[in-house]
Amino acid sequence: MADIMMWEAIMRAHDEEMANDPMVIAMGEDIGVVGGTYKATTGLYDKYGEQRVIDTPISENGYTGLGIGASFLGVRPIIEIMSVNFAWLAMDQIFNTAAKVRYMSGGQLQAPVVIRSPGGTAHQLGSQHSARMEKVFMGIAGLRVVTPSSPRQAYGLLKSAVRCNDPVFINEHELMYNMRGDVPEDEYFHPLEGSEITREGRDVTLFGYNISVHWCLKAAELLSKHHGIEAEVVDLFTLSPLDREGIRNSVSKTHRAVIVEEAEPAVGVGAEVMAVINEECFFELDAAPMRVSALNVPIPYNHAMEKAALPDENNVVEAVRNMFGV
Amino acid sequence: MIMKDTDKKRVLREMLFARRFEERCYEAYVERNIGGFLHLYPGEEACAFGVLEAAKPGHDYVITSYRDHVHAIKSGSDPKKVMAELFAKETGVSKGRGGSMHIFDVANRFMGGYALVGGPFPLAAGIAKGIQMQGGDEICICFLGDAANNQGTFHESLNMAKIWNLPVLYVCENNLYGIGTRIDRSTAVIDQYKRVSGYNIPSAQEDGQDFDKVFTAASKAIKHVRGGNGPYFLELMTYRYRGHSMSDSNAYRAKTEERMWSDRDPVIMLRDRLIVSGALTLDEYKEMDTAILDEIEDEVIRYATESSEPPVSEVERFVLADNDPWVKGGVK
Repeated sequence: MADIMMWEAIMRAHDEEMANDPMVIAMGEDIGVVGGTYKATTGLYDKYGEQRVIDTPISENGYTGLGIGASFLGVRPIIEIMSVNFAWLAMDQIFNTAAKVRYMSGGQLQAPVVIRSPGGTAHQLGSQHSARMEKVFMGIAGLRVVTPSSPRQAYGLLKSAVRCNDPVFINEHELMYNMRGDVPEDEYFHPLEGSEITREGRDVTLFGYNISVHWCLKAAELLSKHHGIEAEVVDLFTLSPLDREGIRNSVSKTHRAVIVEEAEPAVGVGAEVMAVINEECFFELDAAPMRVSALNVPIPYNHAMEKAALPDENNVVEAVRNMFGV
Repeated sequence: MIMKDTDKKRVLREMLFARRFEERCYEAYVERNIGGFLHLYPGEEACAFGVLEAAKPGHDYVITSYRDHVHAIKSGSDPKKVMAELFAKETGVSKGRGGSMHIFDVANRFMGGYALVGGPFPLAAGIAKGIQMQGGDEICICFLGDAANNQGTFHESLNMAKIWNLPVLYVCENNLYGIGTRIDRSTAVIDQYKRVSGYNIPSAQEDGQDFDKVFTAASKAIKHVRGGNGPYFLELMTYRYRGHSMSDSNAYRAKTEERMWSDRDPVIMLRDRLIVSGALTLDEYKEMDTAILDEIEDEVIRYATESSEPPVSEVERFVLADNDPWVKGGVK
């Protein structure tokens, strides 16, 4: 195992996949000469050249569409959209082309693109740089959505996504690129479907993904220490298709569920996981499922207001205490 | 490039076939054998035929909008399978999943019809990027209407095609209307080829009703693109006889304007030119037309009518790849 940062893990996945297949290319704003806003493509430009490591103009819909078109001919683009807020501008090509072309061509064409983008809220970036869009992507048929919570997942998910024949959206997080973690020394391909039990528990399941997995883990420690509640933490690294079996299995074991999401609650991950619970294991429940979400506001600049708008481990602890009445 | 009269006679037959095919689609729509939206091509035939006659259909990649039947057929698609697609049959080019706006025939390198105005601009640039990486001598030809040029994708794609020297030919079929809005009411610059100069891309404007002129202009454009000189933009002035789609009452155009254009019908102009040169007689043309009408009825419509619909049990197929091994991951 190597203890590396998440950006290094992403860079290593790029490097290995580009070395493996000459049709793998990387493209995005400032990813080449500069090496990427979050360093995730550092060194690739010098190694693979400007034909394969492409600094794009600031034209999100244009270069995303270009990558999709190239993928029709067997090119495997890894497209970095610098911030998920800018991915809105590329939604036309992602939604209308990449996600639908296999279907509407009767299986003749496919768009094996990888679109990576940091979602999530960092510090004081204001309303237009703090969007959390995973809920939008996971609602699109024909698109896979994964979201890493660790360097190991970031590395292995990207490698599998490059090889997969479907379009894959990888929802990263601005605050997590410097997070350290163990990554296998040998090549590793992470599954694109499923979930992982990050902490075993018996009393309640905390469902998290990406950054909220870490809030769940901290909350689980606090609940164990102060209240004797043993929470299971399930990492939903795949948001589409959701791991219905994994959700069912954990709820059938703990009989209680709290879903923790960084985004606003409406039409979100929490709502969707609750629907799965209702549909598949309602009678296993000992309490109504709860969700911990952001407030339904554009993210403010002021640091105290920003903190108030977003959930953290304390909100998770509070939700579980309410559920247990302790 | 000079074209022989025998070749022009073949093209005339193909253009007349396309005209009759589209007119028969109109009837089939009224008969409710075709559903959804239907955008027809009559009036604009010299554009697709002039350009693709100068290209290598089946070798070069073609992509276009929702007005796509004729471009697919000229690219090599079997008209029976195009009509079967319109009839929503399993034997259709897109297995009945696409419909009129989504004709795909990848074996013939017809990369599809797309329903978002301006959507194919970056896809065409991307296909050209793929060609560039593979190192072949193909080019990508993207046919779109004038109104698509008011989308951001037009500007974004021209810019990228130029900076990366991509082998893509953008053909603008300027039919003067974006759905029902006349170009001078929606667009600051009427001559579309002038808009491209801002990206330092060579461009030309040509009479889109005249097959010979389109062929000559397209030959020059294709030579440029195939020669590794980057993108080119060709504007063809043309006119569609029907409304934007079947749901368009077409009440916004003056009859005098329509007559002015139908007096310069691309099929009739090519026909008369061949008659004047002695390569064709009017009787021959009439026989050709009768044979085409018979072929469309006896073969094309019959095939579409008799084909089966796709099994409803397959409605969830083609959303994602079947059994992709990488989905399960694994340690290599």
